[in-house]
Amino acid sequence: MKPATSLRLPGSAAVARHGFWQANRWLILRRLSQLLFLALFLTGPLFGLWIAKGSLTSSLTLNVLPLTDPFFALQALLAHHALEGKAVIGALIVLAVYALIGGRMYCSWVCPVNLVTDASAWLRARLDLPEGVALNRSTRLWILGAVLVVSALTGTAAWEFVNPIAILHRGLVFGALYGAGLAWIVVAALFLFDLAVSSRGWCGRLCPVGAFYGLIGNKSLLRVRAVAREKCDDCLDCYKVCPEAHVISPALKGEGRGLGPVVLSGDCTNCARCIDVCPERVFDFGPRWKNHATHDVLTGNRPDKTSQAAA
Amino acid sequence: MAEPLSPKEASRREFLAGTARTACAAGFFGTALALWVRQSQALPATALRPPGALAERDFLGACARCGLCVRDCPYDTLKLAEPGSGPTVGTPYFEARQVPCEMCSDIPCVAACPTGALDHGLQDIAKAKMGVAVLVGHETCLNFLGLRCDVCYRACPLIGKAITLEVLHNQRTGRHAVFIPTVHSDACTGCGKCEKACVLEEAAIKVLPPKLALGVLGAHYKLGWEEKRKHGGPLIEGIIDLPDRGYDAPDRNSQGGFKEFKP
Repeated sequence: MKPATSLRLPGSAAVARHGFWQANRWLILRRLSQLLFLALFLTGPLFGLWIAKGSLTSSLTLNVLPLTDPFFALQALLAHHALEGKAVIGALIVLAVYALIGGRMYCSWVCPVNLVTDASAWLRARLDLPEGVALNRSTRLWILGAVLVVSALTGTAAWEFVNPIAILHRGLVFGALYGAGLAWIVVAALFLFDLAVSSRGWCGRLCPVGAFYGLIGNKSLLRVRAVAREKCDDCLDCYKVCPEAHVISPALKGEGRGLGPVVLSGDCTNCARCIDVCPERVFDFGPRWKNHATHDVLTGNRPDKTSQAAA
Repeated sequence: MAEPLSPKEASRREFLAGTARTACAAGFFGTALALWVRQSQALPATALRPPGALAERDFLGACARCGLCVRDCPYDTLKLAEPGSGPTVGTPYFEARQVPCEMCSDIPCVAACPTGALDHGLQDIAKAKMGVAVLVGHETCLNFLGLRCDVCYRACPLIGKAITLEVLHNQRTGRHAVFIPTVHSDACTGCGKCEKACVLEEAAIKVLPPKLALGVLGAHYKLGWEEKRKHGGPLIEGIIDLPDRGYDAPDRNSQGGFKEFKP
């Protein structure tokens, strides 16, 4: 029989202290958001009620709002194809929104692959599996670069030949849930890769789409903040649930190094699971400014001039 | 024996080694991706692109694989390629023998395309070039066999222009005509209605990509009669056009046969 400690899953302390809803609120909202984005595309083929038409790469909502994946637009540009009006406007809208709210919110709030890799992470935690291969964090940036080079050299949108996000989304939306065919093989491959090869490997280390959106949202305004970091009791639950655990430390433990409580890394997906699972309620969402090392946002104490200069 | 490395030097080496490893992995990935991209550009001959599609390679650089053209096709002609189905995954195509293009006059698929992979300059569907019909089954086409099937001719939306019936002597019976369905590539849009309509078990007329369907003359090749027409007369002055020697039919006997004919 396993010792009781290994069965203590991250978040259970928060559930005990704050109740199920408070300890799972952002996770539930995020799942609803992911399902909502699928549903917007599915009401048309299933019920004839067309809200969003197309796929995540390029879509038309309510016959007026064009949205285009700026990563695809960049590939097309490098492939020497000047996109036409609707696609350019759509790409600019997406670019602007994610530059504002955080590019990787796409990863955690929209992308259907996140459902697959989160399921893999969930199972991994319950089976207590080893972390597997530790891939370099910069791998996805290299892959992003490789995709852009191949696009330019072959004159095609290279990532779209393999993009599992698009394959899965098209499979769901154009197969109308049942005829997704080989898309399920892609799902199984990603699930098993994250489960058996490398923990959080696909979304966190390999996917160039995530890398691209991380770059877009590098200076975004909406951020997770460790506003009450002095209350942290080092239970490590936030690190355990975070898909990009390295983004937490500077904000949570950076006070001694003069770092503010705002999570500034573009890698953060704003999934807000850390807000959920923290029994001490250290984290919240907020703007990226007021990021002073000694400024306690919760109590509203204004920092004095010397500490501001130190920050 | 080597000096032990300073912590700074050790971390520098570790960083460089890690970066080199990742760069090699990315290079490997890039090479594999490039090969895959090149390999999966081969479009099966039965897969036809929607009207207005750019040349295949440009198309693959411009198409977002979003499926908006598929959504706006009123006849469910277009479909998106699934992994392993032939054309590049996610790109729109149709197969004439299954569902041909109905040649909508407002071309909704082209209007829906957000990227210009389907050329918005195509305003007249009759100018589309999705492929070219070719009568490949000379041995099985009912019209070639001397019957009057004519179904492909009648199914053609550009009847009398893209497909005509050319009357030839029936060599088999020696006393009838055959009506040969003949495709005119300048008018054919490649909609595939003929291939769909062909009554044979396997269509005798098939829409093929123009590259497969059409021969191309060498640029140096001149057709004498065309040059003469363009010039408005013989290209070389002073050629004497001698009268052709006529054919003198042999005399007939009283039964209508030829006098010299001895079986």
